[in-house]
Amino acid sequence: MILLTRKAEFSASHYYWSEKLSAEENLRLFGKCANRNGHGHNYTLEVTVEGEVDPVSGFVVDLKELKDVIHRQVVDVYDHRHLNLEVPEFKEMIPTTENLAIAIWNRLEGQVEGAKLHRIRVYEMPDLFSDYYGEA
Amino acid sequence: MRAYLSRRYGFSASHRLYSEAYSEEKNREVYGKCANPHGHGHNYVVEVTVGGRVDPITGMVCDLAELDRCVRTNVIDRFDHTNLNFDERFTAEVPTTENLCIAIHSLLAEHFVHADLERVRVEETPNNFFEYAGKGKHGTASSRS
Repeated sequence: MILLTRKAEFSASHYYWSEKLSAEENLRLFGKCANRNGHGHNYTLEVTVEGEVDPVSGFVVDLKELKDVIHRQVVDVYDHRHLNLEVPEFKEMIPTTENLAIAIWNRLEGQVEGAKLHRIRVYEMPDLFSDYYGEA
Repeated sequence: MRAYLSRRYGFSASHRLYSEAYSEEKNREVYGKCANPHGHGHNYVVEVTVGGRVDPITGMVCDLAELDRCVRTNVIDRFDHTNLNFDERFTAEVPTTENLCIAIHSLLAEHFVHADLERVRVEETPNNFFEYAGKGKHGTASSRS
């Protein structure tokens, strides 16, 4: 088994706010991320797939296809958007870095022919990132 | 659902790699220029990975501010702009980055209670780094599978 990782970038805005919490609790928990006018990041996404190397092509997966799938399923939907207001999965779920990793996994799972998703890593900033391995 | 969150921190410190158990020649042979008598320094980067269930309300594994506070209080404030050889942890242990990584892991394992400590990675330079996930462990799902 070999792992292959493709990177992509998108820029988006978001805020952290839960209707299930009081205003005070939102502010205490989320700090400046709770500003309802939102703020933004340049996100870096790393999609890692696993599989066997095809004896003829020498590929685990067709990289062009992987790139197209990432763009179609994720970048085209998230890039230059307000995640809370314009992306359906974040109508109810706060677009934290953890939830972004899970949501991107769900968008990509089963979409890449011949390879199995191994890890989704989302960098919100160079010093902060979240990993999801599909664990329950 | 279980996810992992990683945060990177920095501190600058000096050290000298030298063991009293070795002769001068042996120290020179094992540690090379790292054994120079007056020490040298690095800008260390510490990458801390914690894991846990994503809270269905907050969407977070843990409060990042708690992690920042814990790492700052127990690691950065302790080691930044110090000579590691003079830290009590390294009175009987050479402050290699392996040992530093294990020391930081044990400090965080003791003090951080808001999520599972999965791994500590210490970068001594951009080309050298060391990782420790606890006794007998190999890190997060990436290295388990």
